[in-house]
Amino acid sequence: MDMPRNDVRPVELDIFATPKHLEHAAEQARKRNYQDFLIVDVDSHHYENEHYSEVFEYVESPVIRNELKEGAGRRTSVLNSQVGYQNTGGRIHRQKFRGKEKAKPGRHADIMLTLDWMDAMGVDYTCLFPTPMLFLGLHPQVEMEVAMCRAYNAWLCERILAPEPRIVSMLYLPFNDPEAAYRTVKDFGDKKGVVGFMVTSPRYKPVHDNAYVKTYALLEEMGKPISFHAAYSWEDRALQMTNRFISVHALGFMWFNMIHMTNWVINGLPVRFPKLKTMWIESGLTWAAGLMQRLDHSYMMRTSDAPLLKEKPSHYMQQMYYSTQPMEIPDDRSVMEATFKMINAKTQLVWSSDYQHWDFDLPSTIYDLPFLDETAKRNILGANAARLFGLDLKPVKKIP
Amino acid sequence: MAEWFVAKSSEFKDGDRRIVTAGPREIGVFHKDGNYYAYSNICLHQGGPACEGMMINNVVDVIDKDRLYQGQTYGDEMHFVCPWHGYEYDLKTGECIGDRKQKLRKFEVVRRGDDIYVVA
Repeated sequence: MDMPRNDVRPVELDIFATPKHLEHAAEQARKRNYQDFLIVDVDSHHYENEHYSEVFEYVESPVIRNELKEGAGRRTSVLNSQVGYQNTGGRIHRQKFRGKEKAKPGRHADIMLTLDWMDAMGVDYTCLFPTPMLFLGLHPQVEMEVAMCRAYNAWLCERILAPEPRIVSMLYLPFNDPEAAYRTVKDFGDKKGVVGFMVTSPRYKPVHDNAYVKTYALLEEMGKPISFHAAYSWEDRALQMTNRFISVHALGFMWFNMIHMTNWVINGLPVRFPKLKTMWIESGLTWAAGLMQRLDHSYMMRTSDAPLLKEKPSHYMQQMYYSTQPMEIPDDRSVMEATFKMINAKTQLVWSSDYQHWDFDLPSTIYDLPFLDETAKRNILGANAARLFGLDLKPVKKIP
Repeated sequence: MAEWFVAKSSEFKDGDRRIVTAGPREIGVFHKDGNYYAYSNICLHQGGPACEGMMINNVVDVIDKDRLYQGQTYGDEMHFVCPWHGYEYDLKTGECIGDRKQKLRKFEVVRRGDDIYVVA
């Protein structure tokens, strides 16, 4: 007869290893039989700044390359950043101690570390994004955004995406320079593991500018989706009035996407580019359901402001894709169920972890929802994204 | 219910913690200010290791007699924090700070001579 286990271990805060940190996630994965079906994470992150010495070598301009290399570690930085305290005063200790983790040898550290957390959560494929570069659209020098974008994309394609088929990406678009954005799609669109292109949302260029039309047309022709990845800017005039990170984060991650979505729909881009797939990342879900109602209401009284539309704004929004995280979970689940219905979640919702960031979600945030049947759960967790990205439906993960 | 060995009291210093696998359960046992507390190590949020994160006092907004904000300080209530997402729990009750109606399951801690056990 097996004796019940009685193990005892101390808590060692300063020792960090991803498999240990995510042991409970792996247990969830085993209990829910994630090995039986595909899970695709459409939004995860690495810390590209930890590899800037490699990335800078890919900068095409010798002058900017030198500025970046010489600027590293100085009191003022060549690259911009943001005020913020995402680790909640050290409470999210992963962010404090992860630097002590040693990746397994043999391959690039970011491949090994990414595969570790993917397997622990039960993820087959992940769409990897940068972290500090989410704010690069606010850099005062447009040519710096272009230079870093092209260098990062080239580095990511060569060092991460080419050698590891389970990691894909929607590549950074240097949106402040429309010509460079177009060139980026042309140059990188056919690279291995490139499943689309991503605009970082904090920026001040309207998405309906004619300058972007040829990029949208090219993306539509290539069948590659465009996504808008949310982030905050505490330097935004309105958000400057908030005094705590909770406030700027809660509002900021919706704010820029609400503006881009409004411009996208009201200017008839879904009508002009009917086959261009559009995804909205990391704004949660409630913003979309609220904005649908708001725009529909106004549209009925002001159709002359949006003459290209043949249907209400919500009709077009229901055909776009939404990543789940950070998924709001209200006490009254019927509110959530209504939100799912409004955004047509069964086909348009795609699960995302946002790991390694502080407010990541596990697949169980979807799998444990009582109002979804098994097919809907599997669609949201993997099949919808596989269809969008052209991925194989066969699971390939190795849950520990 | 069974008693599961945690530690020799002489080896379980004040301020320390142990994570005990008690059959199918994982329990965090805290020794703090002369008292022992034991809670389920499964966070009520997404199942993270609730008892394995930072311990920190509650944060207080200081409001003076004229209801003016005068900054922040730490209070006397000790919290432990789930390291996955920062859910905070009251060490004395296991209540979730964001919604006190929610509590981690609490377990009794007993001492037999020099040995500390958790009852689960």
